[in-house]
Amino acid sequence: MSLLEVENLVVEFQTASGPFRAVNGVSLKVNEGEVLAIVGESGSGKSVSMLAAMGLLPWTAKVTADKLQFNGIDLLGMSSSERRRIVGKDIAMIFQEPIASLNPCFTVGFQIEEVLRLHLGLDKAARRARAIELFELVGIPNPAERLSHFPHQMSGGQCQRVMIAIALSCNPKLLIADEPTTALDVTIQKQILDLLMRLQSEHGMGMIIITHNMGVVAETADRVIVQYKGRKIEEADVLSLFESPKSAYTRALLSALPDNATGDRLPTIAEFLSDDQIFAGAVR
Amino acid sequence: MTAVLEARNLVRDYHIPGSLLKRARIVHAVKGVSFAVDQGKTLAIVGESGCGKSTLARIVTMIDPATSGEMLIDGEKVDIARDGLTSEMRRKVQIVFQNPYGTLNPRKKIGDILSEPLIINTRMKADERRDMAMAMLKKVGLEEKHYGRYPHMFSGGQRQRVAIARALMLNPRLLVLDEPVSALDLSVQAQVLNLLADLQDEFQLTYVFISHDLSVVRYIADDVMVMYYGEAVEYGSREEVFSDPKHSYTKTLFAATPRADVDSIKARLARKAA
Repeated sequence: MSLLEVENLVVEFQTASGPFRAVNGVSLKVNEGEVLAIVGESGSGKSVSMLAAMGLLPWTAKVTADKLQFNGIDLLGMSSSERRRIVGKDIAMIFQEPIASLNPCFTVGFQIEEVLRLHLGLDKAARRARAIELFELVGIPNPAERLSHFPHQMSGGQCQRVMIAIALSCNPKLLIADEPTTALDVTIQKQILDLLMRLQSEHGMGMIIITHNMGVVAETADRVIVQYKGRKIEEADVLSLFESPKSAYTRALLSALPDNATGDRLPTIAEFLSDDQIFAGAVR
Repeated sequence: MTAVLEARNLVRDYHIPGSLLKRARIVHAVKGVSFAVDQGKTLAIVGESGCGKSTLARIVTMIDPATSGEMLIDGEKVDIARDGLTSEMRRKVQIVFQNPYGTLNPRKKIGDILSEPLIINTRMKADERRDMAMAMLKKVGLEEKHYGRYPHMFSGGQRQRVAIARALMLNPRLLVLDEPVSALDLSVQAQVLNLLADLQDEFQLTYVFISHDLSVVRYIADDVMVMYYGEAVEYGSREEVFSDPKHSYTKTLFAATPRADVDSIKARLARKAA
């Protein structure tokens, strides 16, 4: 049975100029122990579809789907208090800006212990012991001392490690990482990706990585979904996507990589593809 | 031929003032960096956050003076700490910043943004300024109808085009590009990189291109300098640096860059299966 199953997800926002469809009929599945990458440019609806699945969108968003199931439980018809019991515990999320997603007013120790208290109901000593254990797991030096630090006292890479520790604190079945390394330096990016992949295989978690970086996809994913303007353009396992991309859009995206530059100018997508051509090959 | 930009042993220290309980200290942001760029060439400066690459950009753009060392632009010695900054010097070097959302004044129309450098540095008449701004809009791939619009009406890639147009208004010799494409999507990044290459060919511009993305650097640079904690640990032509990195930090940097080719995916999947 798949861990997360989404069928025909549609997300609409009410705007002054009428409804805007950010996600238009996306279907996806993630199995246990599988790494799925969702790739797309800004505005492709990759973050919004995951936020919709977790129920984190504001009330202005209208979410509909034929099926939105986590581990066999329907997420769509759930009340928000029921959903909160799952989100943060069985489904955890890591965001792009590590420094912005931690609360600057509280120590990182307080923020990780809050999750442990709410979801697992551990007592004070057990919380502290577990927090230290988690910090060790994600490779933060001097974990006991670090617990009393505030986010601004740590570097971006360290803050992202804290975020990962918080996400992993309740042994989630599914981890959603939204651009986990975009704000970080390349050497730190490498460390964080290695850490995520090690933890993923050790815990057998399902994982969704949202990214726009083709290099990150190549280094992490088992299966890849390419999105454009809210629609799914292509779905393939990672090797066949890079070896023989089926849709014209994916081919264009790969040829726009400076790595693959052949002449002295890069091919650009707008030059040879219209929206109609891109959507012509779209899958459901 | 003299180089457009030459730096000899540039040093920049920042003094962090002390207080009752803290001792004053000095941060050595740039520790003696030397390089030279010829006309029409691109020097890429690579390094992590905090390695001093943006400090170097500020020195080259004459925003900050160097603490010591010499900088020559077109063979002439420049020392803004002693001589101040003339509009003639300012016209020679211009800069494009990383975030196109933060560098354009949201309350000004594109036309006014483009004309402002001319108002400050030249004595052009209003209609001449307008003609020049219109012409520049077309050069960077925008249209005349964009002249009267505000920055919020543009996408990130278009804003970066506006920022490049503004930098080119004074017809500079040298353009400092501080991470110009790292905030942009892949396809837009390709468009902006192509634009920069076109403009370089047309105006024989010299670029100092600051980036942390090695694949972009490999594509655009003629020479590459790798910085690490304020020092230039590696400096050479693109071929030299990429084919035979000497310093251990450069090697770490190359190893850390994710590779999007079929062979490395195959290798990873094989490792995973094992």
